[in-house]
Amino acid sequence: MNGPLLMGVRHHGPGSARAVRDALAAYEPKVLLVEGPPEADAVVALAAEKDMRPPVALLAHAVDEPGRAAFWPLADFSPEWVAISWALERAVPVRFFDLPAAHSLAAAGEDGGLDPDAGRRPLPEDGPAPDGESAPEGAAPSEGERGRAEALRLDPLAVLAETAGYDDPERWWEDVVEHRGADAAADRDPYAPFDALREAMGALREVHGDGGHPRDAAREAHMRLRLREARREHGDDGVAVVCGAWHVPALAATVPVTADRQLLKGLPKVKVEVTWVPWTHRRLGRHSGYGAGIASPGWYGHLFAAPDRPVERWMTRVAGLLRAEDHGVSPSHVIEAVRMAETLATVRGRPLAGLAETVDAVRSVMCEGSDVPLALIHDRLIVGDDLGEVPDGAPAVPLQRDLTRLQRSLRLKPEGGDRELELDLRKDTDAARSRLLHRLRLLGVHWGTPARSRTGSTGTFRETWELRWEPELSVRLAEAGMWGTTVLGAATAKARTDAVGTTVLAEVTDLAERCLLADLPDALPVVMRALTDRAALDSDVGHLAQALPPLVRSVRYGDVRGTDAEALAEVAAGLAERVRVGLPPACAGLDADGAAEMRGHLDTAHQAIALLAQSRGEADDGLLDRWQGVLRKLASRDRTPGLVRGRCARLLLDDGRLADGEAARLMGLALSPGTAPDEAAAWIEGFLAGGGMLLVHDRRLLDLVDGWLAGVPAEAFTDVLPLLRRTFAAYESGVRRTVGELVRRGPAGEGPAGAAPPGGAADGPGVGMPGFGPDLDPARADAVLPTLRLLLGRAGPGETAAGPGGTEDAGAGPGTDPELGRVS
Amino acid sequence: MTETNALRPHAEDAFAEELKALAAADDRPRPERWKLSPWAVATYLLGGTLPDGTVVTPKYVGPRRIVEVAVSTLATDRALLLLGVPGTAKTWVSEHLAAAVSGDSTLLVQGTAGTSEEAIRYGWNYAQLLAHGPSRDALVPSPVMRAMSEGMTARVEELTRIPADVQDTLITVLSEKTLPIPELGQETQAVRGFNLIATANDRDRGVNELSSALRRRFNTVVLPLPATADEEVDIVSRRVDQIGRSLDLPDAPEGLEEIRRVVTVFRELRDGVTGDGRTKVKSPSGTLSTAEAISVVTGGLALAAHFGDGVLRSSDVAAGILGAVVRDPAADRVVWQEYLEAVVRERDGWKDFYRACREVSA
Repeated sequence: MNGPLLMGVRHHGPGSARAVRDALAAYEPKVLLVEGPPEADAVVALAAEKDMRPPVALLAHAVDEPGRAAFWPLADFSPEWVAISWALERAVPVRFFDLPAAHSLAAAGEDGGLDPDAGRRPLPEDGPAPDGESAPEGAAPSEGERGRAEALRLDPLAVLAETAGYDDPERWWEDVVEHRGADAAADRDPYAPFDALREAMGALREVHGDGGHPRDAAREAHMRLRLREARREHGDDGVAVVCGAWHVPALAATVPVTADRQLLKGLPKVKVEVTWVPWTHRRLGRHSGYGAGIASPGWYGHLFAAPDRPVERWMTRVAGLLRAEDHGVSPSHVIEAVRMAETLATVRGRPLAGLAETVDAVRSVMCEGSDVPLALIHDRLIVGDDLGEVPDGAPAVPLQRDLTRLQRSLRLKPEGGDRELELDLRKDTDAARSRLLHRLRLLGVHWGTPARSRTGSTGTFRETWELRWEPELSVRLAEAGMWGTTVLGAATAKARTDAVGTTVLAEVTDLAERCLLADLPDALPVVMRALTDRAALDSDVGHLAQALPPLVRSVRYGDVRGTDAEALAEVAAGLAERVRVGLPPACAGLDADGAAEMRGHLDTAHQAIALLAQSRGEADDGLLDRWQGVLRKLASRDRTPGLVRGRCARLLLDDGRLADGEAARLMGLALSPGTAPDEAAAWIEGFLAGGGMLLVHDRRLLDLVDGWLAGVPAEAFTDVLPLLRRTFAAYESGVRRTVGELVRRGPAGEGPAGAAPPGGAADGPGVGMPGFGPDLDPARADAVLPTLRLLLGRAGPGETAAGPGGTEDAGAGPGTDPELGRVS
Repeated sequence: MTETNALRPHAEDAFAEELKALAAADDRPRPERWKLSPWAVATYLLGGTLPDGTVVTPKYVGPRRIVEVAVSTLATDRALLLLGVPGTAKTWVSEHLAAAVSGDSTLLVQGTAGTSEEAIRYGWNYAQLLAHGPSRDALVPSPVMRAMSEGMTARVEELTRIPADVQDTLITVLSEKTLPIPELGQETQAVRGFNLIATANDRDRGVNELSSALRRRFNTVVLPLPATADEEVDIVSRRVDQIGRSLDLPDAPEGLEEIRRVVTVFRELRDGVTGDGRTKVKSPSGTLSTAEAISVVTGGLALAAHFGDGVLRSSDVAAGILGAVVRDPAADRVVWQEYLEAVVRERDGWKDFYRACREVSA
């Protein structure tokens, strides 16, 4: 072989990786050139360290502006990674020879957005995802922009696949490159695949030119210059190159040095730093983050790692996973699945069973046609959970830099000791501080913990934090570096991922609240989406009711902080509606514990709905009315447990939604002799819990309770007692005493004979307010008058003529009103 | 089988030309006793154009993957189980598969609650049995037994309707590939080329779950419901038209909108997500198959024709939908009400429908 070894690869292609390994072993180069930013030469040695475990990514970022960054992810089946590891093991120098990130990031800045091409040009290797796994994942431009940019670009793989008669470029690549029999590799020319690929790409580039990638000219010029340099140093036979297959023809072309130099002259430049960050298979996956990458990193990793019989080994792993999840999968299933996959490949005319065949075989043989276990397999095996590791020696991530910058501008120093911080959210700086602390909390960097204010202020515009910077927070920050390069960006990405991964409804609402607090407008739609989805599928009214209060709180925060809470209110209203619809069936057939739990949910939901209706104002379309309608229905339905029924009656009463006498009617119904005593006691608990002033003020209710209690048969009394005790023990002592005194005074009316007047007691002469005597005691009433005069500031006795003649007691009752009106 | 005036000719007769052309063009290896190669069987079902210009009509419109998996299953000598809710062309696919693979789709056992072991194994000709004692001549082989001895494809329709103990008769057939005849001390061994296609409906009421021992012997292919709303509306309105004509119902030209509405409701509840993909909804316990949508619309048409003004309106289908959705009075009612309140109430142009549904669900 003459000249340098040019290995055109597909990034993250296990077949390419294997071919690279074989070719390197055969060629033994003295220097290795890899596509990537030359700034990374300084950190490449870290790749050999024990603590370095792929998937990892090279991260280049502008020093002054951490948000401008690009990632070059590497998995252990990436050809670049294989080549770098090979070279480091043999102390062969490794150089990255792409256009320096200093230029590409600067150019990205000039365009007003980060160009997906700023990093390694990924196109030819990535098939259907043209902007590929190596597209920078920093502050990506909007989807639309990307879409347009992609449309203009040529996907060389698609062209080749189409020429070969395939409709799916990915499949074509798998068939011709990745699935070449691994066993046959030994006695084959290790350079053959690269020669063939170079030829194909050469033909393509002859037709399509730069294929819509104008930036490539500068990059390839730089590559050629560095390649020339390396050849001068180590001779033509000492250089090996790993780069995207698309670039190979350009590297092999002879172009005058001056022309290349000319191309590189005067390129804009920024100061750049490069480091390693841990990466995940999931982020290599196409479905995550910015939608770039390979669809099946787990499968590719398996293809690369499996020494032989990849399909058999894969099926065994699938079976293992399914067994761990309690699906009965026998070895005969595995055998049949392998046979099935191979037959399918034959029917489809493919050389070897690929991912599509194995998935179809697993579905049909092991999963009984169901897609549910298949989703699990996709998640755990085909994509995989692998998380990379980076040695501690790696330079600081830009996230740290961004935080330092924010700390400086917000005058918030990291200090070891405890410190309390009071924030007034109406001030800009304080609001920004609050946002920073909330964002850090989302990232798992618990620098500040929200605390109860010492001044006892409860205003929504105040926040109290306890700050404490622990050394391990720096580690946390470094870990969070994979989420982004700025605190805002990282928190947004993390919140989005969390929203999708959380299964419990209450956690999602909590997350929504935190997103609002942290002001992450870009994460909120995703979180809201997750929230509505979970709410729609959750059939447990309890969960829904628990989720409602934080959401309603968020709606109110939104008002305070000026964020747009309209969408949130919409979601909250939807949730409230679901609670409303689900409540009546959920209240049927509950035991005592269930009823107690349901009562709690009822209270929280009621509060939240009232708040929501209040904060929505005009936008509310009768939600509160409908809710009260349900309460009314529950209060009068026999199947509802007494506790819940009593609670509903009480909530309605407190809202003034029960007509005069209605509460007494309901109570009379609940306490009538036909009802079992424990059920009645539960009703009382539900109705009276949380405040006994009601009994003090409405003598009718007290008399009903009193009358019922006196009628409880002796044998049932001991059963009822604990319930009653629980109810009354919670009252304040003053209330308890007053109730006791009222009871001692005996029923209303005159003595024992006059039982409690039913329903609406008339105000006519001779019959007083319930709980009071039938007539005034003029002597005692007179005694009040001097004080009353003092209060009203009227000393003259001349006007008192009517005083004693007043019909009612001065302390209460309608009588005072005419009196006052006249006096003043 | 040459009579041409049969009401419904068998697949192998109706498409004899295509099968012949495929066999002629097919140069790929065929499993033993197969009339066509697996590739040609897939082409027969999915349609295509042969090198000699013969156009093969598509028999099954749906994902290619499904047909490929089904054909591959038959080629691996594993039995094939076609699962799906009513109206997903299970029987149709099984008939055409058998016709293409063995050239004969008539080796059929129809599963019912009354299907006995004899129907799957063998019966006796009692006159012969009494006259000459037990012998092969007195034996009446079942379609499954014939398929085994001749290396053909047998079909079992509605496998889950067959009582569980009778179902399990198939275990020996499928795992040992043999059918013992203890009365004669003999057995019938399956020759190469034998296979079995079963169809079943796993979500209906009144089905007998397959035992896991039997289930293991099958590769399962789930036939999906129509992929798009338009496709389903098309299927429903075509079938409704046919049924309506046989019931002498008057035509309802205005009904398409209601049909679309019924299909939308069914699809959304079935898929658990609204058509625009923005709101999730709970799914009720019923299957909500296309077949049920058809019966809801037919019922609505009858209502409109006999008691209404002849035009299919929301109120005519509302009761039918409620009946189809709410199968479990407790759980499904909540699902339905949530759907009404969260989705139907806010949809433009659905006011009538919302009101009609509220009326019947109250």
